[in-house]
Amino acid sequence: MPMTEAFLNVGLNHYLILSALLFTMGMIGVLMRKNVIVILMGIELMLNAVNLSFISFSSYSGNLNGQIMVFFVMTIAAAEAAVGLALAVAIYKRYKEINIRFFEQLRG
Amino acid sequence: MLLSLLIFLPLVYALIVMALPARFSRPVSLALSGLHFVFSLVLLARFDVTTADLQFVEQMDWVKSFGISYFVGIDGISLWLVMLTTFLTPLTILGSWTAITDKVKGFHVAMLALEATMIGTFLAMDAVLFYVFFEASLIPMYFMIGIWGGARRIYATVKFFIYTMFGSLFMLVALIALMFMTQEMLGGQMSASILDFYKLEIPFVAGQFLNSQTLLFFAFALAFAIKVPMFPFHTWLPDAHVEAPTPGSVILAGVMLKMGTYGFMRLGLPLFPEAVEYWSWLFMLLAVVGIIYGALVAMVQPDIKKLVAYSSVSHMGYVVLGLFAFNAYGLTGGLYQMLNHGISTGALFLMVGMIYERTHSREISQYGGLAKAAPWYTILFVIVTMSSIAVPMTNGFIGEFLILLGGFEANPIFGAMAVLGVVLGASYMLWMVKRVFFGGEGEIVTKYKSAGLDLNIREAVVMAPLIVLIFWMGIFPNHFLRGSKASLEHLEKNMRTYELGIHNPSQKDQSEKYSMAEERGE
Amino acid sequence: MNEQLLLGLLVVLPFLGFLFNGIRFTSKNYKLAGTVASTASGLCFLISLTLVAKLIGMPEGERVITSHFFDWFLAGDFSVSASFLLDPINAVMILVITGVGTLIHIFSIGYISHDERPSKYFAYLNLFLMNMLILVLGDNLLVMFVGWEGVGLCSYLLIGFWFSDPEKAAAGMKAFITNRIGDAGFLLGIFMLFLSFGTVTFSEIATRLPETAEMMWTGPITLACLFLFIGATGKSAQIPLYVWLPDAMAGPTPVSALIHAATMVTAGVYMIVRMSDVFVLAPLVMNVIAIIGALTALGAATIGMTQWDIKKILAYSTVSQLGYMFLAVGVGAFIPAMFHLMTHAFFKALMFLGSGSVIHAMADEQDVRKMGGLKKYMPITHFTFLLGWLAIIGAPPLAGFFSKDEILWYSFASPAGHWSLWVAGVIAAGCTAFYMTRLMCLTFWGESRVPKEVHPHESPVSMTFPLIVLGVLSVVGGWIGIPHVLGAIIPGHPPNVLEHWLEPVVRMLKPEHASAAVEFALMGISLSVAGISAYFAYDFYLVHKDRPTMVTKKLGGLYSLVSDKYRIDEFYFGRIINPLIDLSKGLWLYIDINFIDKMTYLASDMVKGSGQFLRSLQNGNLQQYALYISLGVVVTITYILMGS
Repeated sequence: MPMTEAFLNVGLNHYLILSALLFTMGMIGVLMRKNVIVILMGIELMLNAVNLSFISFSSYSGNLNGQIMVFFVMTIAAAEAAVGLALAVAIYKRYKEINIRFFEQLRG
Repeated sequence: MLLSLLIFLPLVYALIVMALPARFSRPVSLALSGLHFVFSLVLLARFDVTTADLQFVEQMDWVKSFGISYFVGIDGISLWLVMLTTFLTPLTILGSWTAITDKVKGFHVAMLALEATMIGTFLAMDAVLFYVFFEASLIPMYFMIGIWGGARRIYATVKFFIYTMFGSLFMLVALIALMFMTQEMLGGQMSASILDFYKLEIPFVAGQFLNSQTLLFFAFALAFAIKVPMFPFHTWLPDAHVEAPTPGSVILAGVMLKMGTYGFMRLGLPLFPEAVEYWSWLFMLLAVVGIIYGALVAMVQPDIKKLVAYSSVSHMGYVVLGLFAFNAYGLTGGLYQMLNHGISTGALFLMVGMIYERTHSREISQYGGLAKAAPWYTILFVIVTMSSIAVPMTNGFIGEFLILLGGFEANPIFGAMAVLGVVLGASYMLWMVKRVFFGGEGEIVTKYKSAGLDLNIREAVVMAPLIVLIFWMGIFPNHFLRGSKASLEHLEKNMRTYELGIHNPSQKDQSEKYSMAEERGE
Repeated sequence: MNEQLLLGLLVVLPFLGFLFNGIRFTSKNYKLAGTVASTASGLCFLISLTLVAKLIGMPEGERVITSHFFDWFLAGDFSVSASFLLDPINAVMILVITGVGTLIHIFSIGYISHDERPSKYFAYLNLFLMNMLILVLGDNLLVMFVGWEGVGLCSYLLIGFWFSDPEKAAAGMKAFITNRIGDAGFLLGIFMLFLSFGTVTFSEIATRLPETAEMMWTGPITLACLFLFIGATGKSAQIPLYVWLPDAMAGPTPVSALIHAATMVTAGVYMIVRMSDVFVLAPLVMNVIAIIGALTALGAATIGMTQWDIKKILAYSTVSQLGYMFLAVGVGAFIPAMFHLMTHAFFKALMFLGSGSVIHAMADEQDVRKMGGLKKYMPITHFTFLLGWLAIIGAPPLAGFFSKDEILWYSFASPAGHWSLWVAGVIAAGCTAFYMTRLMCLTFWGESRVPKEVHPHESPVSMTFPLIVLGVLSVVGGWIGIPHVLGAIIPGHPPNVLEHWLEPVVRMLKPEHASAAVEFALMGISLSVAGISAYFAYDFYLVHKDRPTMVTKKLGGLYSLVSDKYRIDEFYFGRIINPLIDLSKGLWLYIDINFIDKMTYLASDMVKGSGQFLRSLQNGNLQQYALYISLGVVVTITYILMGS
């Protein structure tokens, strides 16, 4: 039963690959999408991908430092989501627009 | 202290002008620059004509770790150029008395600062110091064209600045390379002193382009060729001249162009003797092309000022021809022609400015019959024209004759072609004179005739010294050639092993040296 | 008085006159201006006489007065000093210049009296005198060149004296620029000589000549002579640079007499005579000079036959006579050239002044078709002009006869001569007789065609006096150079004074097989040719007046070619000057603006383009910045991983 074998022997690499996939997806979301809300979601995804690798490293090395770090990250993620969403709402209210390309005020 | 005062006093004057209210700017800067000319006469009187060594030397460390020093000195090559600068500045200020009405204070500050940087360029004996002054002189000129210029002044001033700056950057690179070379020679200690540069033996391979001496030479030559300007780097000049205000044109043509040819004499020729010898044909060719090309293009210019600007290209071609002929005649003539050009073209620009002030037109086709309306103006203009086309007994003849003789000796073909320029020079100047001064009355003359087109007293005072010099330099050129004779002979005779000593009149060993030489001779 | 002072005064006096009149150039006081200028000129004449007397007092062969004023300039081993040299050659010149010059100054007082700017006129005249004296007195080529260009400048100023007329201003310009072409040749000649001999002083060249000539290949000397001759063609109006002289008649008529007939235009001849030692070493150039001289003599004489403007006729006559002088120097007859120079100065100045007197009387009319019968209105002018006419056509025993005949003889018999040169000379002499007689017929003789509103009158004494003096000189001037064959048969056996005077200093190519019989025969032929063509002209223009039109009709194209002056001017303008101007415009538009400037723009556009590209990267889109960052991270990590 090679299939079940594969599922039984879930190792560190699997977690890390998943984390990398999640991170890449999040990053693509941040870099490519134009909707502010989606970008915020992408950031959340990236943060959580990082959390996942923290936890897996922590678990496999028997060291709790990683898990502690995750708490910090979650807190910050929550704060960021709150501020980010608030900004998005504020921007939307002002400009009726949440497309990020609309705000290229820094164009050289 | 003398030379430092000569360089930096104009900056002090500029500060004084800046501190005083604008209505004093003109008289104060005129008085101070006039004073400065008198001061430079003191230098002239104390100058020792018998030696080729540097005189009145001052040396102080500046950036010790790189061997850069504040090092100034004067010899026969720079002497007359310094005098030319101090001479032209007060005349230009007086000449622009009514031409500049806007931002008077700023203008005079720029003028005085320009004087300081130009004198600095001619006196600096440290390569970095030379570079600093060479570049710094661009700044006041940039403002002068950019603020007080004509309609397309911004275009012209940017073109002027970038063009010359572009060339000088190559010089900077070459300069740094030379400094590294001195490090090898002096055993670890870098030096930017030009005197140390002279001692370098830079490897040269004939027939190849990629060797250090040739590359360095061309880096310097590009900077100077643009400044001169030599064909085909001359296109900034007509634009700059046409847009520049009269005083700007006078100083630009009168002094700044000479920085390029002075650079050739001070750095280009003595530093890279083999490369100069090998490539002199190229520079003589470009000079001859410049002479003829400048004259031909000058002939068809519709604008008087542009015509004079192109004539500068032609005249500076003579200077370069003389320098690269590299014999006693060519070098002497080249140096003399620098002064001549400063005086006669300076005078031409002043005179064009005078009439422009009255009529606001420089279109040749609008003039005609000016001689009737402005007889004195015409007389002076014709005298200056004669100087410009090198009629004997005016200054221009001495320079052109020596250059052509030198050029002919060095290369008869180029020499003979350059002689053609004498004919063309007469053609474009006299044709212009004919169209502007003779014939029927032009529309612009009719329009402004009643307002009086002739010179006023102030303008006559501006022109008088120039006219006197035109004849003085033409009839008694030895009075002037005497000052540079020793230096030029030294340059010509020791081309391969050119070095400059430092002259110290108070030291006793000077006389000892002579006696030792005599003993050895016996 | 010492000689240095005198030589110096020769230049200083005219200069003072120039300053005096130049500073008050607006003054209309023509009497004061004229008196001052004439006094300066007259004093110069007296000084010249004194100097020449001193020269005569010296032993033969050592007749030289030198005077060093100051070192002019030096560079390397080139040194030149401002110094003068007076020897028998330029003794003749200074006498002619100051003598004829003074007469013309006096004549001018009357001539210029109605003009607006008499002071300016006299200032220029004195300036010219000064430069001309510098030219002939200079003891080296450079000082000569000072005068050489100086007289050119004065000629420019005086031709364009009435500058309001664009044509006159253009004529002045043309004169200067054409002269400049010659001057450029002169300069090259000086360079060649200096590089060959190491000096530009006449006496030193002469001393170094033998050794240098032996040591050196003659190429440089030939070239130097050729270049100097180009200089001479410019100043002395020879083919191909003669075109300025006819136009130069735009100037006041006394100026034409002084500058464009008597003095300046002969400078080229003087220069070659002065350098005769060098020129004889270049036989090739001598041949060229002789041929050019003969062609010019012939060509200009034929043009002279077809002109209607009294001054133009005289101008072409001058060109033609100068051609004779060059023919003479070309065959090595330097002394006859100087002789003809002198006699020509007398009779041509006389005729120009005479024409000035006529023009003055005719209220500025110059067309001979509107003259005629002036004999009765202007007896003195007519009589003196008659003398000039006889002199130029070579009627014995007037001045022109001796000098012209000697030239013709040398052109035939000299070792450098050739019979064809003689034939050309004789034909030219025939043409000369024709056009001068034609001029006399149309102007002074026959019935009057003067318009009714013009009342011709004899000129005032100040104008007729110089005419009389020059008339006398035109008669007796030739008696100082009577050829030996004639001297032998004339009672009293007058010697050839001029030849005797010049012989010690001027090199001559002597005829080898001189035979008196041949000389007389040739003389007879040229005399009869002149006589016959003079008769034809008389017949054409006074007796059978329909013949000229008949002949011109028959000649058709040839006549119009000649009367259009062989269309040389048109050729120069159409083929050289206008193309040159077009070329210059092309250079300006296509090379300067469209090529060099475009190239620099291209360079700056490249910088600008790369800037634009970088700018597009910096677009303010944070997402893109983040993308760059992440790409950078990926590249860096890949690099590190690959590296390890």
